[in-house]
Amino acid sequence: MLNRLGEFASTVIAWLFGLIWALPLLYAIWAAVHPSAFATRFDLLAPLTLQNFGRAWAAAPFARYFLNTALLVLGVMAAQFVICTLAAFGLARWKFFGSGVLFALILVQLMVTPDVLIMENYRTLQKLGLIDTLTGVGLPYVASAFGIFLLRQSFKSIPKELDDAARMEGASTLQTIRRVYLPLARPVYVAYGLVSVSYHWNNFLWPLIVTNSVETRPLTVGLQVFASVDQGIDWSVICAAALMTSAPLMIAFLLFQRAFIQSFLRAGIR
Amino acid sequence: MPERRRPQLNVHVQGWLLALPAVVLLAAFTHVPAVATVIDSFFSTPHGRRPAAFVGLDQYRTMMADPIFRLALKNNLLYALITVPVSIGLALAMALWVKGSIQGRTALRLAFFTPTILPMVAAANIWLFFYTPDYGLLNQVLRALGFSSVNWLGSPATALPALMALTIWKEAGFFMVFFLAALQQVSPVLYEAARMENASGWLVFRRITWPLVMPTTLFVAINALINAFRVVDQVIAMTGGGPNNATTLLLYYVFQVAFNFWDSAYAAALSTVLLLVLAIVAFLQFFLLDRKIHYR
Repeated sequence: MLNRLGEFASTVIAWLFGLIWALPLLYAIWAAVHPSAFATRFDLLAPLTLQNFGRAWAAAPFARYFLNTALLVLGVMAAQFVICTLAAFGLARWKFFGSGVLFALILVQLMVTPDVLIMENYRTLQKLGLIDTLTGVGLPYVASAFGIFLLRQSFKSIPKELDDAARMEGASTLQTIRRVYLPLARPVYVAYGLVSVSYHWNNFLWPLIVTNSVETRPLTVGLQVFASVDQGIDWSVICAAALMTSAPLMIAFLLFQRAFIQSFLRAGIR
Repeated sequence: MPERRRPQLNVHVQGWLLALPAVVLLAAFTHVPAVATVIDSFFSTPHGRRPAAFVGLDQYRTMMADPIFRLALKNNLLYALITVPVSIGLALAMALWVKGSIQGRTALRLAFFTPTILPMVAAANIWLFFYTPDYGLLNQVLRALGFSSVNWLGSPATALPALMALTIWKEAGFFMVFFLAALQQVSPVLYEAARMENASGWLVFRRITWPLVMPTTLFVAINALINAFRVVDQVIAMTGGGPNNATTLLLYYVFQVAFNFWDSAYAAALSTVLLLVLAIVAFLQFFLLDRKIHYR
């Protein structure tokens, strides 16, 4: 009896938390699909509209921001795949001179992430002439300790015999990586790709510092500029814009929930 | 003899060649700037034609006397002290709820995890409305219950807790995933045995669940701790460090000093403190965590 009561209470509390957790997003959707007058008044009969999205879209160059974010996210991911694969392969398969120290030094970046070193990195970009470019936004993240670590682990679990077999047929190192390691490590690439894309889609501080024009600004920075400068306090439009910037990732998440959660799990750290 | 040595040499050269792009980029954006930051903190900020001069520990003396730095450090410690345990506790509770046979667990899991996917800036802008002084959602609720409304982000006493709430909301669902995985590893036999003994729910939790998810708890705690010292997005989006620096955190202060005041040497000294904090966390991780548990 007491146990059943406890279970019931636990369920109620769980649902209360679930509701609180869902509330911000539900509210944002409410505000975005109703006229501004209903943003703070909750009336079930309020008329529905998509105008807020149109107004947000027209008030700031969101199309350009979308393009910038897409280019940034895909560019970073592609570069990470190439650079981390190469380094991870050497570290996984060979014991070369200094490989232990090298790996330890690479892992330092797990703690000292680029956002802690904003000032020095900004100077470096200045010297390279990469301020206000998408390359500059992505470059510090391309050699990712996390990616190297993850791929190294998965390469290590691939049987050496497969490697040897490819070599016997005369494949070079790069060919072996492409024919043997890439296909076998595919799930890890998917996981790493999802984590990388969601990280850089959401990244804010570094792009805020590096970019200062419409042509380079990613969505997060564009949204912030839009919300703080262009708009007064029209919640409906701000919510519409906030939802719009998160939409592609959210939709992907809803469609591939399991893959997302598995990826975050496999990846451990963002 | 030379025939035999060639493949060996090859491995050394090839290993370094493969790692080269990563090594160059990591050195350029992590190791060199980290060392440069520490070195710069012993110099003055160059102004116009006056170059940087060695000033020893002057920047650090300034820092010790700087009330904003002390406040930022205090705020950040408080931030970590509250958000880390609360997010972990909630994450574990969420995992236990979602793992059980609760009604509508799929919907619950979705509700808990979704904030993780949202960009912090988008979430912060939505939450701004909750905290809006007069007609914001929280104040509407307060007034409906007969209380007077509160200026959540406008008064120093509530601004930092308001940001903490957002952080906890955003992070708990992410950490939940790790606890879910850990709970699935716990052998059902243990729970069976506990049921046979008629052990209470609390006893089962304390004697079985809690000790067995301990490695996960530590892993999550370390990550939450690192995150707590890198919080900045929501500060920029919601308060700009105000009111009266009540929400200024370390990384935000570094950002402000470096890119609003352009005092690069002082920013370097502040960054050094941040690096020191991260080094301490790394040290903790080394001694608390058996890396094998999570990284295999």
